[in-house]
Amino acid sequence: MIRILQIILFFCFYVDLFAGTITAGTKQCPRIADAIALAKKGDTVLVSGGTYKESPIIVDKSIVLLGRQMPVLDGLKKHEIMIVTENDVTIEGFHFRNSGFSGYEDVAGLRLKQVRNVVVRYNHFTNTYFGVYGQHISNCHVLNNTFYSTAKDETLSGNGIHCWKSDSLLIKGNKVSGHRDGIYFEFVTKSHIEGNMSTGNVRYGLHFMFSNDDTYIGNSFVDNGAGVAVMYSKRVTMLRNRFLQNRGEASYGILLKDIADSYADGNFFEDNTVGIFMEGSSRIKFTQNQFTANGWAIRMQASCDDITMLRNNFKRNSFDIATNGSLVLNNIDHNYWDKYEGYDLNKDGLGDVPYRPTSLFSMISERNEAAMLLFRSAIVSIIDKAEKVLPGLTPEALKDNKPSMKPFNLK
Amino acid sequence: MKKITKYVLIDILRNRFMLAYTVVLSGISFSLFILEDSSGKALLGLMNVVLFIIPLVSLVFSTTYLYNAAEFIELMLSQPVRRKVLLNRIFSGLALSFVIATATGIGLPVLIYGATMQGLYLLLSAILLSVIFSALALLASVITRDKARGIGMALLLWVYFAFVFDGLVLLILFQFADYPLEGAMIAMTMLNPVDLVRIFMLLQVDLSAMMGITGAVFQKYFGSITGQVISLSVMVLWMLIPLVIAVKKFNKRDL
Repeated sequence: MIRILQIILFFCFYVDLFAGTITAGTKQCPRIADAIALAKKGDTVLVSGGTYKESPIIVDKSIVLLGRQMPVLDGLKKHEIMIVTENDVTIEGFHFRNSGFSGYEDVAGLRLKQVRNVVVRYNHFTNTYFGVYGQHISNCHVLNNTFYSTAKDETLSGNGIHCWKSDSLLIKGNKVSGHRDGIYFEFVTKSHIEGNMSTGNVRYGLHFMFSNDDTYIGNSFVDNGAGVAVMYSKRVTMLRNRFLQNRGEASYGILLKDIADSYADGNFFEDNTVGIFMEGSSRIKFTQNQFTANGWAIRMQASCDDITMLRNNFKRNSFDIATNGSLVLNNIDHNYWDKYEGYDLNKDGLGDVPYRPTSLFSMISERNEAAMLLFRSAIVSIIDKAEKVLPGLTPEALKDNKPSMKPFNLK
Repeated sequence: MKKITKYVLIDILRNRFMLAYTVVLSGISFSLFILEDSSGKALLGLMNVVLFIIPLVSLVFSTTYLYNAAEFIELMLSQPVRRKVLLNRIFSGLALSFVIATATGIGLPVLIYGATMQGLYLLLSAILLSVIFSALALLASVITRDKARGIGMALLLWVYFAFVFDGLVLLILFQFADYPLEGAMIAMTMLNPVDLVRIFMLLQVDLSAMMGITGAVFQKYFGSITGQVISLSVMVLWMLIPLVIAVKKFNKRDL
């Protein structure tokens, strides 16, 4: 028996000696764990196609773990599938399948535990509770992975990409669907999230809290249960993201709660119940965003201050801006509103009378939701017109003094 | 007996007013579709035409026509024709002419520029409203014999359905704001065909906003097949009930 083992070990080492490469899934070295046990720092472990039911696989060496023909790592709905505990690891080309599900602990497809410089790329995750779970990680890359699960409700589902207490991450080109939150960050700083697609998740497409100095570029968040929610963060930059079809009674394109010193440019909001919902937020600048066919383009609570909206397009929204109080400490000058009925006598491209984006009816329906059933009826148009002439209930100061006559050309 | 319908139909279609009405309708619709940058916005504008102009024209034109046809009706009754049949035939002719006018005036532009689900809903609603309000006009003209009073009644009906009703609903809403009114609101909309059409269109055009209401009750009800079937049946009832009452009154009336 020992002799056989020696032969197996010899074969595994034999390959290693020549190429710095160990192949798992062969007769000599059937298990991935064996190959990892044999590998040295900097080696490549090649895993042949097939199904491996040896979870949890612990990667405790700085190696490159490479799957050929998408080997399946099956957690048999019981275990965590892979745990990385060493820096400088690359995981590529695996199919993580059927991790355990638990309401008691966060079972992950791939857990990164206090590591640096780990790259996770071109993997599939199907029916994992949490997809990638990073804790205390730094400078890690999660690139071009696909996450698919069949979450039904919030309490019994996990997040696609979940990071906690991490910094300097690059999350790029991933597709996440059917989880609780597509991408979830808590205490994640200085990270870059680009070109991800988060659709059909039970709760939020993107959800972060206490995550400062992060940049989001060109992501799409489509048809998530409650859109995107970001809370208690500072210095967030959002560029060219798309927030589409997030519809429902508590659904927002993006929910900003206690966000400060942030910047959003070139984002696209379409067919959401609420494009942007803002609460307790300060010093945020919105430029060149497009709001199309939303129920409410923006709901700005009176608790927001120093919000600047400049050169945004508002088209075909049922309501442009709704608010809940009369205090306005924000500036919404120079946007395009398709409901603007003013004129431009001096032909400078700016309307000569201010535009009031808040209609009386939007204040009424804020107080009494069932009143929505009267929307677009004659009586409502009449009271709206009367209110426009003599504002009584809508906040006086909430107006665009220089509305653009033509839509801005945004890409 | 089809002859009476045919006669009324040809008589109305030859009328210059009906021709002008069709032309104006199609003029408004075409210009809306051409001027607005998206067909969604054009449909919204067209919705206002459907909700206000169509009921008004149907009511006023139908009452006037019926009063003017009083002598024709008396002449026909000297023939062996039952009153019920006569009135039904005249109404069919009247309604049919409105269906033709609306279908050309609104249907053509919608089919050319906005042949979406929303557009087709709007077209169907326009046709239904025309017929419903000609039935109401029939009732008004049967109730009073005086032409001025009859037209006045028709106008009052229009004001009621277009403005007063919604005002009352708003009042009720705020008086009973502490109660869950969603179910009651749905029931109330059944009492006004104009509202039914408006809400139907609302769910097409402002779906995102309607989904935002607690539980999205309206969307759930009016969006479901049962809800749509019920709403459509209610519209048909709005057509039949005035007609039946008018026939009953007409039967007993001393000419």
